[in-house]
Amino acid sequence: MSRLDVAKTYKLYIGGKFPRSESGRTYQVTDGAGRFAANAAQASRKDARDAVVAARKAFPGWRSATAYNRGQVIYRIAEMLEGRRDQFTELVRAGNTSSTGQRAVAKAHREVDAAIDLLVHYAGWTDKVAAVFGGANPVAGPYFSFTTPEPTGVVGAAAPQQDALLGLVSVIAPIITSGNTAVVVASQDRPLPAVTLAEVLATSDLPGGVVNLLTGSAAEVMPHLAAHGDVNALDLTGVAGDQRAELERAAAGTVKRVFAPPPDVTFSADPGTARLRAFLEQKTVWHPTGALSLAGGGSY
Amino acid sequence: MAARAARKTVPAKKTFTDFGDYAPAPESAAIGRIQPRYQMYLDGAFVDGGGADLTTVNPGTGEPLATVATAGKGDVDRAVAAARRAYERVWSTMPGAERGKYLFRIARGIAERARELAVVETLDNGKPIKESRDVDVPTASAHFFYHAGWADKLRHAGLGANPTPIGVAGQVIPWNFPLLMAAWKIAPALAAGNTVVIKPAETTPLSILVLAEIIADAGLPEGVVNILPGAGDVGAELVTHPGIDKVAFTGSTAVGKQIQSALAGTGRRLTLELGGKAANIVFDDAPIDQAVEGIVNGIFFNQGHVCCAGSRLLVQESVADEVIDKLEDRVSTLRLGDPMDKNTDIGAINSAEQLARITELSATGDDDGAERWTSPCPVPDRGFYFPPTVFTNVSQSMRIARDEIFGPVLAVQTFRTPDEAVSKANNTPYGLSAGVWTDKGSRILGMAQAVRAGVVWANTFNRFDPTAAFGGYGESGFGREGGRSGLAAYLQPDAKDQF
Repeated sequence: MSRLDVAKTYKLYIGGKFPRSESGRTYQVTDGAGRFAANAAQASRKDARDAVVAARKAFPGWRSATAYNRGQVIYRIAEMLEGRRDQFTELVRAGNTSSTGQRAVAKAHREVDAAIDLLVHYAGWTDKVAAVFGGANPVAGPYFSFTTPEPTGVVGAAAPQQDALLGLVSVIAPIITSGNTAVVVASQDRPLPAVTLAEVLATSDLPGGVVNLLTGSAAEVMPHLAAHGDVNALDLTGVAGDQRAELERAAAGTVKRVFAPPPDVTFSADPGTARLRAFLEQKTVWHPTGALSLAGGGSY
Repeated sequence: MAARAARKTVPAKKTFTDFGDYAPAPESAAIGRIQPRYQMYLDGAFVDGGGADLTTVNPGTGEPLATVATAGKGDVDRAVAAARRAYERVWSTMPGAERGKYLFRIARGIAERARELAVVETLDNGKPIKESRDVDVPTASAHFFYHAGWADKLRHAGLGANPTPIGVAGQVIPWNFPLLMAAWKIAPALAAGNTVVIKPAETTPLSILVLAEIIADAGLPEGVVNILPGAGDVGAELVTHPGIDKVAFTGSTAVGKQIQSALAGTGRRLTLELGGKAANIVFDDAPIDQAVEGIVNGIFFNQGHVCCAGSRLLVQESVADEVIDKLEDRVSTLRLGDPMDKNTDIGAINSAEQLARITELSATGDDDGAERWTSPCPVPDRGFYFPPTVFTNVSQSMRIARDEIFGPVLAVQTFRTPDEAVSKANNTPYGLSAGVWTDKGSRILGMAQAVRAGVVWANTFNRFDPTAAFGGYGESGFGREGGRSGLAAYLQPDAKDQF
C-alpha cells in the first residue's frame, strides 16, 4: 500500500517566524504543467508593514555584526542549500514550464547549483566591501579623513518572476551582504522555492528579520513598500517595466534609493558589483590630527 | 536651566569690543570688476536669453548689483543640443589626459582670478569676504585640480575596466556656495567625459559667469559647459528635458522630491544633495572651548546657509549650562555686518525672501515655548541681516528642532547618555552630517558609526575637501560629491559591472 504524502502548508516568513497572511488569504499555485501544487499565502499590506517592522528591528544587529560573521552566516546559507539540493532541484523543475525529462532536471540542477555558488560568492564579499568601496581621503589639512560604505537600511525588493530560486538569491544576497535587511516579494507564480528557501534561512544562523519573504502579488505589495516611510531603498528587479514609474514616484516621497536593472538580466552571468553598490551609503569621517611634532618633524 | 539663568545675572566677561572697536577693513569692491549686465554662456559664446533680465541684489546693502540675461523659450533646447554636439564630436572621444589638461587650466584660472572671484561672490551672495577668500574660491579651484587628475584614470575608479561617460548632465545649484557648487558639479562631470548644462541660483548668478570667462579663456571646446541663469522654471525645464542623461541637483528636499518624482521611470541617472538638520553632539568630556568654537563654526559659518550646518546642538546635561554660557559669550563677540569687511564674521542673509523665512521659522520657536537668546551685536540698518540666535528649552517636536531653517539659528537640546544622543541625533528624516565632541577615542568611533549621516566631523566641523565624499543619508539625498564615489555619479560602469 502506497503511503500518502504529508503536504506542506506554505506560509510567509517574517521576523524569523512562519505566519499565515494576516488577511487569511491564500492563492493556488500550479506547477509548470498547470496542475495544482499548493496553496500559498497571499501577503497583504499589513503583512508588508509587519515585515518592514521586523526588518527594521533586525537592522541594527545585522549591520553591526562583524563582516566576518556575516560572511560565515551567508556561507552557512549556501551549506544548508547544498544539503537540500535535491529538494530545491525538484521544486525548481516542477515550477518550470518544460518540467519533464532529463534536460529539465539538468536545467533545474544548474539553477540550484548557481544559486549555491552565488551565495558562496557573496559570503566572500562581506569583508571586502569596505576596502573596495571605501578608503582614506588625503585631505589638504591636518585631518585624518576616511570614507567607508555602510548599509542603507531596509530594502524592499521584488524577486524576478522567472528564475524562481536563482533570481531570488541574486536579489537577496547582495542586499544582506553589506548589512542591509530585506523585505522580498517572491515570484508570484513560482513561490514554492522561496518559501522553502525561508526554511533554509531559518536554520542558517541568519538572525530573524534580516530577510523577510512574502508570497503573493508584487503589484499589490510593492506600492506599500515604495510608499513606506521606514523603507530606505527599493530593488525593482522583479517589477515589469511599465509598473516601475509609479513605484519610483512613490519612492520619491521619502527619497528612497531605487535600483531598477533592465528586465532581461541573465542571473547566471558573473555578478558585477552594481547590486552591492546600489544599497550602500558612503560615510565620511573627519578628525583633526593635531600638530604633534611626532607626525613629520625630526624632534622625537 | 534655572541655575544658569541665575548665573547669567553676573555680567559677561569683557570682550574685545568692550575695549574699542576694530577699524573697518573693507575689501575694494572695484576688484570684482562688476559689469552692469551679464549674459548667458551657451555653446561657447556669451549671448542673451529669451527670458526677461533678472536683477541680482547685493544682500549686504539691499542695492541692485547687476542685471543678468536669463534663459527663455528654446534656450534649454539650444543648450542641451550644444552640449550633445560637444559630447559626441569632441569631449567624450578626447583622450582623458587631454580633458584633464583643460581642467587643470580651469583650476589655475580660478586661482589666478581668486581675489576678483572672492569679491564677486561676497557682493552677490552676502557671505563674509574672509570666507569667500579662504574657503569658497580656493576649494573651487582645488576641486578642478583634483578631478583633472581623474580624467585619464577612470579605469581605476572601481567601476570596471572600461567605464564610460553618461552623456549630457543637467545640473541645478543653490545660492549658498555659488562658485563652489558650480565646481562640485562641473569638475567631476567633465573629468568623466560628460558635457554640462548648468543653472545657477536666481539670486547668485555672477560668480559662475566669471567662471564662464575662465572656461572660455582656457579654450574649452564650445558647448562642453553651458550656463543658463534663470529662476526655478528654467531648472524644472532643464532637469526634465528628454535630452539630458544625468541630473544633479543641490537644493531643498522639497524640490529634490519633485525632481525624483518627475524622473520616475525614465531611467535617467540622478543624484540629489538636499537639506539637513545636523546634530552637533557635545559630551561632558569634550574640550569645551574647542567645542564652542566648533558649535559656532557649525551653525554660524556662512550665516547658517549650509545644508550640513550643525543646527541642532545636543549637549550632555552635566555640561549644558557651562557650554551654553560660553557659547553665548563667544557668539556675543562675533561681528555681524558688511560682508566686504575683512573683520566680519557673519555677513548678510542672501535675500529678503530667505530673511523672511528665517524670521518666520524662528518665531515658531517662541510660539512653541522655546527660550530665545539673540546676540546683542549691532545690526546694520540696510541690507538683509539676522543676528545669531540660540534657542534653549527645545523639545524634539518643535519645528525649530525638525525643520531646516538655513540661517544662523541654533536649537539646543540636552541628553544624558550616549544612546539618548544617538536616538535624538537620528530622529530626523535628514542625514547629511553630524558632529561629535569628546576626548574619548572609542566614543568618537562608536558615535561615528551610530549616527545616520553621510559626513561625521569629530572634534571639528564643516570641513570640505575634493578628496572626501560628501552627501546624505535618507531625505538628505543620494549620491556623493568628491572622492571616488563622487566621480562614480558621472560614470556609466563597465558593461560587466552594471547589474
